[in-house]
Amino acid sequence: MTQRSIALVTVALAAVVLGLVLFVGLPRLNRRTPARTAVTAIPAAPAPQGRKIKARLFYVADDGAHLTSVERDIAYGETAADQAREIIAAQIAPVPAPIVSAVPPGTTLRAVFIADGGNAYVDLSRELASAHPGGTIDELLTVYTIVDALTVNLPAITAVQVLVDGKEVDTLAGHVDLRRPLIRNLAWVQ
Amino acid sequence: MLVALAAVVSSQPQQPSPSSQIPALTLLAKDGRRALPLTVTGDQELVALDDLATAFQLAVREETLGAITVSYKGKTIVVQPAQALASVAGRLIALPAPLTRSGRRWLVPVEFISRALATVYDVKLDLRKPSRLLIVGDLRVPRIQLRYDAVGVSGRLTIDATPRTTSTITLESDRISVKFDADALDVPGQALPGLGAQGLVLAVRAIDPAALAVDLGPRFSGFKAATQPLESTTRVVIDLAGQADTAPAPAPAPPAGRPAPDLPTLGQATPFRTLVIDPGHGGGDDEGAVGAGGAKEKDLVLAVARRARTAIEGRLGIRVLLTRDDDRHVAIDDRTAMANNNKADLFISIHAGASPRPSATGATIFYAAFDKGTVPAVGADRVPAFDGTVREIELVPWELAQSRHLDQSTAFADLLETQLHDRIPLAGQAVASAPLRVLESANMPAILVELGYLTNADQEKLLAGDAFANAFVQALADAVVRFRDALAAGGAR
Repeated sequence: MTQRSIALVTVALAAVVLGLVLFVGLPRLNRRTPARTAVTAIPAAPAPQGRKIKARLFYVADDGAHLTSVERDIAYGETAADQAREIIAAQIAPVPAPIVSAVPPGTTLRAVFIADGGNAYVDLSRELASAHPGGTIDELLTVYTIVDALTVNLPAITAVQVLVDGKEVDTLAGHVDLRRPLIRNLAWVQ
Repeated sequence: MLVALAAVVSSQPQQPSPSSQIPALTLLAKDGRRALPLTVTGDQELVALDDLATAFQLAVREETLGAITVSYKGKTIVVQPAQALASVAGRLIALPAPLTRSGRRWLVPVEFISRALATVYDVKLDLRKPSRLLIVGDLRVPRIQLRYDAVGVSGRLTIDATPRTTSTITLESDRISVKFDADALDVPGQALPGLGAQGLVLAVRAIDPAALAVDLGPRFSGFKAATQPLESTTRVVIDLAGQADTAPAPAPAPPAGRPAPDLPTLGQATPFRTLVIDPGHGGGDDEGAVGAGGAKEKDLVLAVARRARTAIEGRLGIRVLLTRDDDRHVAIDDRTAMANNNKADLFISIHAGASPRPSATGATIFYAAFDKGTVPAVGADRVPAFDGTVREIELVPWELAQSRHLDQSTAFADLLETQLHDRIPLAGQAVASAPLRVLESANMPAILVELGYLTNADQEKLLAGDAFANAFVQALADAVVRFRDALAAGGAR
């Protein structure tokens, strides 16, 4: 191979690397920025930069005893787990009045895992239980906010188990059984 | 012309009069009533073919080969001696007992009328075996069900007419008359426990073709009546007020600290003996929901549970256990274990709710829900028995025990909703199912009731008041009575 050829190959490789950085790496970085914002629970939601998807998120309906769904732009996730993480991050982010979330304030996302068979495990911070105001229906609304946010938007996820601070829990506030993954339940959605 | 049914409902079980010792089928038609004598063998009621022939203008003929033909306007039914079959136009119809001879008469089971004769007769025949009624033609004869609940010195008489039938209620000198828009009434003879003991209502009788009379006692002081359409039934509820100072006989003194019995002890022993009431939460670390005014769920539900125990034990004679009787923490599994270990017949967990929106109001009753595919399957195992054999036992995981009682849990939830309906505010969706931890391991019918929302200022005040607690406890006791009765009658659903 001549020196000229080596130079051409080097230039071509450099172009490929530059292309990858410009067209793959930077957009990814951009996409992840709003997710971090949501996870750290700072203001709700200017629309995320970069590639987006439409997702239905769930908030407390006017009657206080049901959920209502709204469509929001959510940052795109490369994998199902990434997308689940983006959806939950957006779902638990604080929301401005008059919207009311059934997820206690201060709750943050620790991790999302997806297992074979369509079960997802959503690990949330201890505030989900410790800051929960109690009440069977309120607890149902909190749990199904998380369960429905994933099962409605990601058909590959069929059931969701909520973990608190990395551990399985019996309930959040003494009512809803969280020892097993729960399937989608729209009975609590208006 | 129609003749009234003679059924009389009184405070005592009916004693057969000499004439009523001869069983008879009452035949009701547009032109009147007649009795068809019945022969009772074991639990089978038989009627003579020649009596049917007279009543329905049938031709009965004994054929040379032994068969009996019953003819009506050219249509023929053939029955054979000792065979529990009838042939109608070439079609075989099963009968519960064979054709038998008694002296010179042929007897057929009473079901011959509905299964064979009704298919050839040109007028509708409606056999109501439990009340020994045979209705000929399109008569309006609603079935009447009665129940009486004594409540302190007062009482409630509930009259269900099925199918729906309008009625007129009037107070006459010493009785309340309930006249139905019907041709006659189907009133099975039944005892009404508790009736008469208060001196408020002496008896409920069928009078006229389609009217009931409520005979009033010396303590009657007034009444209020309401009619409520149910699915296929019209329910008439008559609330009767009584005078406390003229009670005919004082009731035995209740135990210290317990109020006088308000509800009746309804009759014979039933399998229903133990009720476990679970006041939710408790202890310093689990206060449950807390209202803006400071009301705590753990305190409120404990007070209601104690009041319910007092009322239900004293009035119904049912053993009532509380999962906690003070302000302490009880693990969820221990609550259910107490009910399971005491073989409770019903488990009721009492809670109060919270919502991020103060607009939320009203009580909700929950029964358990199990997600399909996410719970382990029920299995079986073979274990050695004392006699050296091996027997198979069903293994039901602890967390699935409730799954076999869901029908009855749902039935009780519906009963409680009905009783609560006009007494305390209910949520828009008053009965719901949910995967609630405390219900799933209960090995008996079980529900959880949320009394209302402490996060609503009006509800917080309401729930903390005596009037609310009394209303809830009354409704709960009434629902338990009805559930117990339904179980005794063969199932709550």
